[in-house]
Amino acid sequence: MSSPDFLVHDSTDVVGVAVVEGIKKGQTLTGWVMDKDKTIKIKCINAIPLGHKIALKTLKDGETVLKYGHDIGMMVSAVAKGGHVHTQNCKTKRW
Amino acid sequence: MASVKKISVKKSSTRKAPRAVPPGAPEVHQLVENAPVIVPSPRYAKTRSAGVKSKPTFMGFRRENGRVGVRNHVVILPLDDLSNAACEAVAHNIKGTLAIPHPYGRLQFGADLDLHFRTLIGTGANPNVAAVIVIGIEPGWTQKVVDGISKTGKPVAGYCIEQNGDHKVIAAASRQAKEFLHWASELQREECGADDLWVSVKCGESDTTSGLGSNPTVGNFIDKMDAWGATTCFGETSEITGAEMVCASRAATPAIGKKFLRTFQAYMDEVIEPHKTSDLSDSQPTKGNIQGGLTTIEEKAFGNLEKIGKKARYVDVLTPAEQPKKGPGLYFMDTSSAAAECVTLQAAAGFVVHLFPTGQGNVVGNPIEPVIKLTANPRTVRTMKEHIDYDCSGIFRREMNMNIAGDGLIDMCIRVCNGRQTAAEALGHRQFVLTKLYRSA
Repeated sequence: MSSPDFLVHDSTDVVGVAVVEGIKKGQTLTGWVMDKDKTIKIKCINAIPLGHKIALKTLKDGETVLKYGHDIGMMVSAVAKGGHVHTQNCKTKRW
Repeated sequence: MASVKKISVKKSSTRKAPRAVPPGAPEVHQLVENAPVIVPSPRYAKTRSAGVKSKPTFMGFRRENGRVGVRNHVVILPLDDLSNAACEAVAHNIKGTLAIPHPYGRLQFGADLDLHFRTLIGTGANPNVAAVIVIGIEPGWTQKVVDGISKTGKPVAGYCIEQNGDHKVIAAASRQAKEFLHWASELQREECGADDLWVSVKCGESDTTSGLGSNPTVGNFIDKMDAWGATTCFGETSEITGAEMVCASRAATPAIGKKFLRTFQAYMDEVIEPHKTSDLSDSQPTKGNIQGGLTTIEEKAFGNLEKIGKKARYVDVLTPAEQPKKGPGLYFMDTSSAAAECVTLQAAAGFVVHLFPTGQGNVVGNPIEPVIKLTANPRTVRTMKEHIDYDCSGIFRREMNMNIAGDGLIDMCIRVCNGRQTAAEALGHRQFVLTKLYRSA
């Protein structure tokens, strides 16, 4: 495959990470699931800055966010598939 | 002047096709922004090619105690804040020596004072240091630091300012520093193996590209170097929050894992809980981390742990600046996650070269331990080129896999050990930051 737009660490993850700059709302993105060496496609519904996360499925308020195959926090408001996941809708379970 | 003019006119008039610049010579541009950066072709011997499973060697300075350094500093070390000016004056007098000023050393007590001595003695004892001058305000504690460093067998001398004054001390210490410099500058490098190399790692201004690219590149380095008998060290207690059970499971034995969890819990109970105001979401992750896409401390922690690879198991848990005593292998050290504090403690424990993966672009350096910066973030490669020693952004374009990225990092590390100056060294980043456990008496 050519250069991916986003990467997914683990096939159980619910978020991917944008690895290119300038991803715009409505773009269809190519993702590389690293542990399974699999390619996936997803339409993003927000602009996703380099390094920021994209929801691979619809995530409900209160849902645990899995990345690296591990619990990295929880949603504090829902986001649809292809949406931007960051501090506006996701929080730590610590501190 | 007139005759010179005549000759030049005559010369150019005899040429059929006069050239402003002879072939091979670089043009001097009227506008400096048009001048290209010249990168001479490398003259170093390639230490290894990607994918070759040979144990690398490097040219290092073997010290009196058998440890190997990759730099050859003559350090002018202040015991305390009051002695900084004299140390800087000596380093100014004797070119090629290095003063490392810092703000502490007065009225400290208990565990905080112990850590102060351990850090100063460890800094002087580091094999990257050939010889040391210690200057303190009074002779008692100065002697203690001199005694600690002299156990390595390296040349060391101490001076006290009280009842002497700066002028006399600077004169005496300068005479001594000059002798040490002459002596150190004649020391020769010799071939050393990977099992002689002590490497510390710590990441900074991390973003999600760190966990995906630059940190696992360091992890690949650690796994390979661990198998070759290197001594390595990671730290950053607060940045393991959320991944502490996974980190505990990476210990060589369950007892060492329990020791890690006790250290982690003590940090939570003694530092975070009593001092936090609301939560640490503004400090951990940092503003830079958040800008780069990291949302929570747990996400940062799992990315952080990518640095210790997949196979290596840590063989002990060290207190801040404590020297490893269990032979080769990976060690965890209880440190702050602030870049300069962590690297200073690791250098004081005897580590001679540091790997520093960054996402958004941390610029940290250390006076005695060269810090190698790497990043997988393509924007940081573009915008902060002068700070980056190793670019592994090709991982995201699938131009390199982790194995190749790790081999490339080993190659860069060996080049730095052989004497290549890092970006941080060239730019003068010498952040020597002592860890303070509590306020002085």
